[in-house]
Amino acid sequence: MSLPAASGRISELRLEGVSRSYGARRALDGLDMTIKGGEFVALLGPSGCGKSTALNCVAGLLPLTEGRILLDGTRIDTLPPEKRGFGMVFQNYALFPHMSVRANVAFGLRMRRTPAAERRERVAEALRLVQLGEYADRLPGRLSGGQQQRVAIARAIVLEPPLVLMDEPLSNLDAALRLEMRTEIRRIHQTLGLTTIYVTHDQEEALSLADRLVVLRDGVLQQAGTPEEVYTEPANRFVAAFMGYRNAFELPVVGGDSRTVRLAADGLALTGVRRGELPGTAVACVRPEDLTVTETVTETVTETVAGTGTVAGTVAGAGGGVAGANTLSGTVEVVEYHGRESAAQVRTDGGHPLSVKTPARLAPGERVTLSVPPERVLVFAP
Amino acid sequence: MTPGAPAGPAPVAMRHRLAERGVDRMLLLLLPAAVFITALFLYPFLYGLQLSFQPQGGGVFENYARFFGDAYLRDTIATTLWLGVPAALLNVAVSVPLAYRMRGRFRGRRLLTTVLVVPITLGTVLTAEGLLTFLGPTGWFNRVVVGLGLADEPVRLTHNYWGVLFSLIITGFPFAFLLTLSYLRGIDPTLESAAATLGAGWWQRFRHITFPLLVPGLAITFCLSFVLAFSVFPSAILVGEPSGETRVISIAAYHAAFEQYDYSMGSAIAMIMGVVELVVIGLVLGWRATLYRGSSGGRG
Repeated sequence: MSLPAASGRISELRLEGVSRSYGARRALDGLDMTIKGGEFVALLGPSGCGKSTALNCVAGLLPLTEGRILLDGTRIDTLPPEKRGFGMVFQNYALFPHMSVRANVAFGLRMRRTPAAERRERVAEALRLVQLGEYADRLPGRLSGGQQQRVAIARAIVLEPPLVLMDEPLSNLDAALRLEMRTEIRRIHQTLGLTTIYVTHDQEEALSLADRLVVLRDGVLQQAGTPEEVYTEPANRFVAAFMGYRNAFELPVVGGDSRTVRLAADGLALTGVRRGELPGTAVACVRPEDLTVTETVTETVTETVAGTGTVAGTVAGAGGGVAGANTLSGTVEVVEYHGRESAAQVRTDGGHPLSVKTPARLAPGERVTLSVPPERVLVFAP
Repeated sequence: MTPGAPAGPAPVAMRHRLAERGVDRMLLLLLPAAVFITALFLYPFLYGLQLSFQPQGGGVFENYARFFGDAYLRDTIATTLWLGVPAALLNVAVSVPLAYRMRGRFRGRRLLTTVLVVPITLGTVLTAEGLLTFLGPTGWFNRVVVGLGLADEPVRLTHNYWGVLFSLIITGFPFAFLLTLSYLRGIDPTLESAAATLGAGWWQRFRHITFPLLVPGLAITFCLSFVLAFSVFPSAILVGEPSGETRVISIAAYHAAFEQYDYSMGSAIAMIMGVVELVVIGLVLGWRATLYRGSSGGRG
């Protein structure tokens, strides 16, 4: 074993320019990141963004095209997976179907020739930790999805690996079970403090589990930071869209100062917070829940308003300063009932689709006036 | 159809209940196959069975008594097993590493698969002819062996046991290989990845994960290869020694039926042949039943 920490604590895992190409396609393009010991890092991004590729590269299941991976300063990217000693939880669990739960969990220890007595003890403890003690003698096929996932986790953590890798472990579970297992994974991480890399496409999962998020897109790192940083200060329009800024308007820049910027075109005007250098055109991003309904007008009245002509468009916030709210008006097209709130699809008078989340009760066909304070509008370069 | 069904409910409900048990008009699709099996297998089999109990002389079991009483006939069972079992075992054994290597994607896989599968299309006679010219006393093989001084005189590899065994391997291997490959592809590759992350090297992965999941499929592959090899006939005559070392059971049956015109005896030998095959298959499947045979996907 050439590993500095065959089991137990590490101080850091460093990825330097890690790249992976499939033919001409670059699935992962120069990823740099450092993970400190005990940290829970989530790799987040839509499917095909390279997050699973990154995880498989760290696990050793995929060779790198370029770059290096260092564990406490020792290069590990040249080692085969069986020499790295990391624990991995697969999306489809990958339990050995012909072995009992106990044998599955014991497999890694057996490969390491751990003495039988110690092996028995550690397996029992790992199964206790995932609350599956009484299922030890069953075959995986006779367990539910959630139980299988617990076995997969027990199998990975029983080795007390320097690094635990999880590849979308909850994506095959139903919604209720997913929430339960999320808490479970967090609890296990708090109990054992194992350094963990967790891959997911679910931002909520990433925000709730991780100490630090790494957002990827098309194989390129977009942003890395604490969940709060990424959630409140997304680095670009892509991260913003992923963090719930579902409404994006690409408009010409017409004014602003060092902190704010004003965009306007086609009767749509928005003032928002300037995020970075902006060219002539910029993108304003708004969360559906930041839009408030200030006025609803029933259909019959709408007719006359619409009839009066194109001026009906949007009126910019009075005064145009940060203090004044942005106002948008449009017609409700679709309403989904979500209990306490409803989600509505509104088409602005300029023809932009707009997602709104509001406690107000809306109906399709109604005309609405919406407002959003400028500090809740983020403006990015396109 | 279902005799126990009460007559009470409306006909619609009856039809639904039957459909629930798989009895509906779709069942008619089985008709051609049923006719086929009856006409081409069941009838000839039953006819042969009753024929075997009508010997040309003696009691009902006279044919069977004669077969087991006569060493020249009785020994054909051992002769055939001695060819069929090693050929099937060898085919399976060679298929496993090849299929294991070829389960993934790599350049030229299709070409290699084609080359390995071609012998199926050749037929036994062409294979036998090829073997005679290649392995015969003046064939390339012996010229090379003698030329290199590896042997003083040509090695005899045709018109004996070895010729037939080679022929069985060449013609039987593609079947075994294709079957093994498809069984191997049915095993979720993430299982091996998981084993690798848990510290298992390639041999341990094969030994503890892939092989145990593959064995039930190998048992079936062995059975099919064995049945193919057991009914060896053309190559036993063409590249073997049909009156001695490779006097297989099908030759005995042919001899009885078409040279001595004793159809009854021929049928009896065919029945014995079937029973021997069934015994071997029964043993293999009985052993297979003791193994894990469930899903080999990652989700258990």
